[in-house]
Formats: sequence, structure tokens, C-alpha cells
Amino acid sequence: MSALDQMYQDVILDHSKRRIGEGLAGADATLLPGESAAGTHHEFNPTCGDQILVRVGLDGDTVTSLTWQGDGCSISMAAASVLAEMAPQTDVHTLRRQIDGFREMLRSRGTAEPDEELLGDGVAFAGVAKFVARVKCAALAWVATEAALMQAGVERE
Amino acid sequence: MPTGTSPALTTPVPGALNNERARELAAQFPLLQRSVMDQPLVYLDSGATSQRPQSVLDAEFDFLRSSYSAVHRGAHTVAVEATDAFEQARETVANFVGAGPREIVWTSNATEAINLITYAFSNASAGSNGAGEASQQFRLGPGDQIVVTESEHHANLVPWQELCARTGAELRWIPVDDHGVLDLPAVDSVITEQTRVVSFTHVSNVTGAVNDVAALVDAARKVGAFTVLDACQSVPHLPVNFHELGVDFAAFSGHKMLGPTGIGALYGRAELLDVLPTFLTGGSMITSVTMERSEYLPAPTRFEAGTQRISQAVALAEAVRFLDAVGMENVATWESELGQRLAAGVAQLPGIRLIGPQPGVDRVGLASVVVEGVHAHDVGQLLDVAGVAVRVGHHCAQPLHRRLGVTATTRASTYLYNTTDDVDRLLNELAGVRRYFRLED
Repeated sequence: MSALDQMYQDVILDHSKRRIGEGLAGADATLLPGESAAGTHHEFNPTCGDQILVRVGLDGDTVTSLTWQGDGCSISMAAASVLAEMAPQTDVHTLRRQIDGFREMLRSRGTAEPDEELLGDGVAFAGVAKFVARVKCAALAWVATEAALMQAGVERE
Repeated sequence: MPTGTSPALTTPVPGALNNERARELAAQFPLLQRSVMDQPLVYLDSGATSQRPQSVLDAEFDFLRSSYSAVHRGAHTVAVEATDAFEQARETVANFVGAGPREIVWTSNATEAINLITYAFSNASAGSNGAGEASQQFRLGPGDQIVVTESEHHANLVPWQELCARTGAELRWIPVDDHGVLDLPAVDSVITEQTRVVSFTHVSNVTGAVNDVAALVDAARKVGAFTVLDACQSVPHLPVNFHELGVDFAAFSGHKMLGPTGIGALYGRAELLDVLPTFLTGGSMITSVTMERSEYLPAPTRFEAGTQRISQAVALAEAVRFLDAVGMENVATWESELGQRLAAGVAQLPGIRLIGPQPGVDRVGLASVVVEGVHAHDVGQLLDVAGVAVRVGHHCAQPLHRRLGVTATTRASTYLYNTTDDVDRLLNELAGVRRYFRLED
């Protein structure tokens, strides 16, 4: 498989079209029925204009929903979609570890063996790590989610 | 003086450009000999920055090895040689753009040149730094208007926004049509008796359109407004004569015209530059300094505070000699042909939208496209693995992209070293993009 095909994996091409979680559950962090906390965060990449607004809803330590609205390249949109598929019903602390693991994988320049058990479909982005210019694209939604969790009152462990 | 090209190099000879001549020229550019992803590099990003021929690289290095010293200070032999080379470079560049040497101010880049003008207006408005009564003409305040266009590079927009914020003047703009091309009939309603400055680009860095400078200068003159021309994309690609164009000020950068980064220039009509308030102040630009106050040298030196970009100026002059040897008419004709080939080729590709002038309408060798359903970054990635280097993104023109309803475009831009084969390789790769992303069978 070429480096290009390693980056544009089927999972990524599919998710960039399916866009799971697209469409915000709420305009802001105002609580929806069944939520004990919520947070939103807008992330913008000024170099390419890609942007995303992520909303996370929680019930105690459980993520009830992760929805987003954004505009960007296939990598950034697929990364948001994969995360939105994984997050619901996940424990927030697990989600945090997944975000940390995802970041670590992207920063490895392709040297780290991705942890499929932790990251699930997120490992499809391992090929992006070899294209340094695209790492920010993959990270956009995940970084926004990290900030949204913080706004929802989830402290670092 | 021991500056100039090394003897092994051939100086370009004048004559119409064609593929064969373009390949001969490309052979003089070391970087263009490299490959990317195991394929010969097709460099179509000269609108962002151009590559440099060996003669320009040598000119800077030779100067540094033989005559480099501080300029306009010191009486030793090397300092005199350096000062001569620095001022000769100014004369060479001035001749190239149809200006007098005293009308060319060295800046770091075109962005700094435009900031110089806006801060000079600002300083006049604040009542400081003036050159007497004549500086009053640059005062701005509430009720005054500054006019730009919707297609400006951020470098010719943000400084004017800031100037308006500092002075209370109002920013207005000439709109663009659905292709991103200036809506000239709208000019009459945008430029009014209150307009004090009209600042616009000569050639759009997104659409490749060549704007009607004469029409805009006429409209500005009718209301007594100053004109500022962003010539970043015109000076490298077209014969440009600022005196003939009749603009008051203009900005261009060295790195887009085969020269180094770190050097650009501001052009100003001599009678305006001499009374324009200063921007950066300090060493080198003064006549007498007391603890209370200072007096300044005439233009252009009064705008050149601190140690200057000396070897960069020398190298830029060598770039100008290279362009002169090829002939700017030849460059413009060849790049027009490449631009039309680009535009016509793109227009034939299904699912790809050409921004800017449509095929057959005047443009330089630059075209931006939207591949429907595929983000520009993904397009750029596919082109890169095919060895084709283009620019993707908003090209520092977010308002224009917003007006066209896109966040990013893919831009190909040529120079004198590109061939029709380069254009065809790009078109060939573009044709496969939608298939790769499964939007076509």
C-alpha cells in the first residue's frame, strides 16, 4: 500500500462522507434532558481555515453524546466522525485516555505502534502521522473535545 | 566590482519563450532539478514564492565574499564598495519598474511596504513625525474613507483596517462578481468625494485577473484620492511601469521575482515620499539629532532606519537582470499562454470549478480551482505525491473565499521556467482526484 493509501484508509474515506455526529445536539453547553454536565469548544486552524465546534454531553462519568459542526478536509471531518462514533456511552476518563493516545500516535511520525484496543477505529489515522502537515487536521476535533470536556468540568486525572 | 554571475552560467538571451526556452531557463534553477516522491518536481507555486537561478544565488554569495560591509557609514574601501552595490541595486530595481531611484524604498517585504504607508498616514493624523505643512495632506479622520477591494490579499486589507481603527476613517470596498473578479461598475458608488485612499491589487493572487489600473486611478484622481497598488503578482510577471500607471504608491516583494526573501520595496512618487511622515525611526535615517528632537534625511533613506538588507538588495538586482535578459514582454506572453491552457483545461474537467476569469479572458499564469466534494488540502496531497507542488488554502484572502462560498481553493501558479507539460501534468492529476475520493467511477 502506498503512503497515500495508508493515510486515506477506507475507514477515513467512509467516515469523511458518513460524518457521524454531524449536527449539534444543542447550540451551547445548556443542559439537555438526561445530562448532568455539558461543554462546547470551537477549534480553528488558521493556516487552512478548517474549523469545528464540538459539543459533549455527560451524565455523571458517562458521555451521553458527542456532536459537532465543522468544515474541513477529509482527514479532519473523518477524525470528528470516528470520535463521535466512539464516544457515546464511554467513561469520560477512558475518553481522555483515548484522546491522549490519539495525540501520541499522531506525534510519533509513524514510529509508534498504535493501540487498537484503546483507539478502535482511531488507529486508521496512524498513516497520517507520516504526513506532518496533516497531523493538525486529524487532531482538530479531538483537541476541541478535550477542551469541551474541560468546560464540562472534567478534571485531568 | 567583483559581483555578478559566475562565468560557467549562460545569460538568458531575449526572444519569445516556448517549451524549449523554458526548459533551458529551468536548467539554471538548482531546486527545480530535484524530485519529490521519486518523481520530477513540477513547481506550480511561484505565486507564493519563486525559485532562484544560480546567478542570483551566486550574486549574493559573491558579494558576501568580496564586498560585504555596512552601507552609508564608514569610509573604508569595503564600506564604499558595499554602499555602491547597494545603491546600484536600487537603481537597477527602480529602472525595472519605471521609477526613479529616489522613489524606491527598501523594505522587508511588500507587507512591510504597505504597513509603512498606513503608519505614515497614521503618524500624519496624530500630528507627529511630519515634514512640515506638506505632511498635512496625509491626515485622516472621521468622515474620511479608504477604499480597497473584496479580492485583496490580507496584506492589503488588514493594515487599512488598522489604520481606520486608529484614525476613525471608514473602510469601504469594491465588490467582486461570482467569479471573484472586480465589479467595476460598482466603483462609482464606492469611491466618493470623501475617499482619500484607493488601494488595490494589480493582479489577484487568487483569481489571476489583471485589474484595470487606469480605470481605478482615474476614479481615484477624480476625487483627489491617493492610489496604492499591490504589485506583488504583477511586477514578477508583467512589464510594469509605475510612472505610466500613474499610481502614487506601490508595493512588491523580491522573493516572488527570482530574488531572496527578506527584501521588498515601496514605490512612492518623489514629491510624495519626501513629505510623507516617517514610519520606522532610528539610525541611518537622520541628519541631526539632539536630546530633544531629530531631523531626517530625504527619501528614500528617511524610511530606511537601521542596518539594511544589503546582500539581499544585491541579489534582487541580479534577479532583475535575469528577468530583463529574458524580457518581461516575453515572460508575460508565455505565462498568458500557460494561464489560458490552465483555465481551458480546468474548464473541461467535470466536477471542477474555475475561479476567476473564464477561459479566453485575460489572466496571468495562475488559476485557482474548487474540486467539488473534495477539500483543497486533500487535492494538494494527491498532487504532491505526483510531484506537483501547488498552494492550497485561502491564499491570505479569506474575504474573497467567503464571497465565493468556499473555505479553500487549490492554486497553481506558473513562472518563466514552466512548460505546457507542467500544466498538462497538473491537469492530468486533477482529472483523477474525484475518482480517488470515490465521487466518480
